[in-house]
Amino acid sequence: MTDRLLTIDGLTKAYPGVIANDKVSFGIDAGEVHALLGENGAGKSTLVKMIYGLVRPDAGAMTLMGDAFAPPEPRIARAAGVAMVFQHFSLFEALTVAENISLGMENPPKHRELSDRITKVSHDYGLPLDPERLVGDLSAGERQRVEIIRCLLQDPKLLIMDEPTSVLTPQEVEVLFHTLRQLSSEGTAILYISHKLEEIRDICDSATILRHGVVVDTCNPREKSARELAEMMVGSALHEPLRDAGALGEVVLEVNALSVPSATQFGTSLKSVNMAVRAGEILGIGGVAGNGQDELLAALSGEAPSTPETVRFDDAPVGHLGPNARRELGILAAPEERLGHAAAPDMSLTENALLTGAIRKNLVKKGFVNWTATRTFAKQVIKEFDVRTPGASTAARALSGGNLQKFVIGREVLQNPRVLVVNQPTWGVDASAAAQIRQSLMDLAAGGAAVIVISQDLDELMEVSDNFCALNEGHLTRPHPAKGLTVEDIGLMLGGMDEEETADV
Amino acid sequence: MFRLEKRPVPSKAWTLATPILAVLATMIAGGIMFAVLGNDPVVAIRTIFWDPLFSEQFAAYSRPQLLVKAGPLILIAIGLSLGFRAGIWNIGAEGQYIMGAIAGAAVGLAFYPASGWYVFPLMVIAGAAGGFLWAMIPAILRTRFNTNEILVSLLLVYVAEHILSAMSFGLLRNPEGHGFPGSRSFSEFAAASNPELIAGSGMHWGVVAAFIAVIYAYVLLTRHLIGYQITLAGQSPRAARFGGVNPNALIVLCFAFAGVLAGAAGLFEVTGPAKQLTENFGQGYGYTAIIVAFLGRLHPVGILLAGLLMALTYIGGDLAQLMLGLPAPAIQAFQGMLLFFLLAMDVLSNFRIRLKKKETV
Repeated sequence: MTDRLLTIDGLTKAYPGVIANDKVSFGIDAGEVHALLGENGAGKSTLVKMIYGLVRPDAGAMTLMGDAFAPPEPRIARAAGVAMVFQHFSLFEALTVAENISLGMENPPKHRELSDRITKVSHDYGLPLDPERLVGDLSAGERQRVEIIRCLLQDPKLLIMDEPTSVLTPQEVEVLFHTLRQLSSEGTAILYISHKLEEIRDICDSATILRHGVVVDTCNPREKSARELAEMMVGSALHEPLRDAGALGEVVLEVNALSVPSATQFGTSLKSVNMAVRAGEILGIGGVAGNGQDELLAALSGEAPSTPETVRFDDAPVGHLGPNARRELGILAAPEERLGHAAAPDMSLTENALLTGAIRKNLVKKGFVNWTATRTFAKQVIKEFDVRTPGASTAARALSGGNLQKFVIGREVLQNPRVLVVNQPTWGVDASAAAQIRQSLMDLAAGGAAVIVISQDLDELMEVSDNFCALNEGHLTRPHPAKGLTVEDIGLMLGGMDEEETADV
Repeated sequence: MFRLEKRPVPSKAWTLATPILAVLATMIAGGIMFAVLGNDPVVAIRTIFWDPLFSEQFAAYSRPQLLVKAGPLILIAIGLSLGFRAGIWNIGAEGQYIMGAIAGAAVGLAFYPASGWYVFPLMVIAGAAGGFLWAMIPAILRTRFNTNEILVSLLLVYVAEHILSAMSFGLLRNPEGHGFPGSRSFSEFAAASNPELIAGSGMHWGVVAAFIAVIYAYVLLTRHLIGYQITLAGQSPRAARFGGVNPNALIVLCFAFAGVLAGAAGLFEVTGPAKQLTENFGQGYGYTAIIVAFLGRLHPVGILLAGLLMALTYIGGDLAQLMLGLPAPAIQAFQGMLLFFLLAMDVLSNFRIRLKKKETV
């Protein structure tokens, strides 16, 4: 376990406007299971892409088994013994397992021989897989096995796994971990990317923690608690809450035991979510991506209607209503994905203004669109939210992320919502636009609206929220006043740890 | 090396220019094909595009044919284009067209030999209803059971063709037809016929309906919320759902539009140019209308022009077969080239071609 397999020294990669990795250094020993831990956007993916030869570093060097290692493309990295299992699979559904694996090989052996090798490897590592089955018939876990076996056939020295458990059931996770332990005992090093803290404590020997592209810490995760890991990941430089949970109005929106099965295979189901928002309140909902944020927004916006009593507005049941019926009442939403969800990419800003503004802005009469009024509304959003664009007839996809986000938020804010739900309101938005968006949300709440901000940016949540709660695997914690919350409290809430303990702090 | 660079916004100029370029490219590639087949390409192209309208010898016959052929193509394509815009793939307009003809003809024949003014309007309604009901099968299977509407609508064409055959040999056969298959002739049944409205023009009620459909579709798409929702759902299904569009209602609606228009087209055809319901009534208008819809860029005015152009290649193609002895498959290949080049040229409106020197590493 002391043989140094891969040494990374000062790797730096900058993209326009952001330094994805800044002088990242660490090492992996043979047979070590090494965790790469960090929030979304911390630079984990860029780092492994450099190791796998998909991205070339701007500066820095790597050493693999004593030799300088600078793979210009994945083929070279594979030949050197580095294999990678991606989060999203690249398999052809209409082909069999063996055919898929053969396609990824440099010199595929004969079909019979390959099938035998697949059967043997899958048997040796406890990953049962029939080489003749069609990939289209396989579950997500089985598809991942195809990718893993494809890697194992190359006899890798280093196996990179990018969030492997995000698509697996708990049972499949057990099987995977068994395989990883076996590989590790045979001397294969594993670089394991995840933000699931318990998993990392379960399987990893060491961990490198990235934040904003910089290595902030290295540790043995088994010696740390999940709370400590979360703190390292989040950083202790959280802003002091700027808002008081002062005098709030009546409860406007109430959610009772809302359970929503996920619409997609990779989604997270909501499990008996309860919450209440008062007039004038900003409720911040934190949590690592993929813990039910999209589902919660869909359930509140009306895209995923439920039973009437699960969502109550002004003490009347609205859970069964669709998006437009809720808009009529004043429940508005701005989803995370700007292009394709909050806005139609190829449509003009005017047409996108109609998308959600039709009802509250009276833009449609007897089924006919009043384009003049719609254009006026779009121009109003552009002007009041300082959207930088040549005009209202520009296509949404031609705008920068920040400008489109200002348009999307402005479109909802200017409709005078009673309740506004936003998901990742400042994701990928530059600092000044982000500040502007946050200010508009605070102004909206000050005007008496109830605002729900779902975000992964804890600094942001601490800045704007009156109360804070966290989503973890579809569960929502109880809310706590944001003022006085410590990093430890937040770490615990994000990790879905003991609820009572947090409440007592 | 050539490189394609995505334009931030689709080019308006290229969007208008590509259909013209596609027609020119088809003429060149088709000309080469005709030359290989041993014909003078210039004569062949002239026979297809020019002679039907302007030749002294043929124009008197073929000019009215332009509207006769374009009418059903435009009418069906308008209905299909709404679904295609929304990403709903109704490939079975041919079946809806046939079922519309059967239903409308059956109602008309049931009134035989009545002479009231009401007979023809009732037939039109029955024809539209026939197409509508046939279109509802794939629509409801899709919304209820999530079946693939492409397959279902397409396979239902073959079912419709068999029903047509059964009807023309059985239930709807002309009792005074001496045992020949086929219904009574509608041209001899005044109350149920769809005659040429202006002599020598080819204009009949189906063509009138097609023009009206173009206008209504234009208004629907540019002014009405449903038109906006159709375009939105096609471009960005998730945004559409967020915007309150009910995807299932939209599927049913688009199939309904297509079915009604295709069914009506079938009725106008059987009572007009086809004169009677026969086993060979289906002439592939329902399939060609798909090409017309795309050739017209799913835009009502575009479809109007594309329908006329397509009708021209049909008439010209027939003429070329007759006059130059070109084989029918060559004409079909020529028509296929038109769609191929149109789709290929589409790249130009979304991408820019850049000449690029090989990058030095």
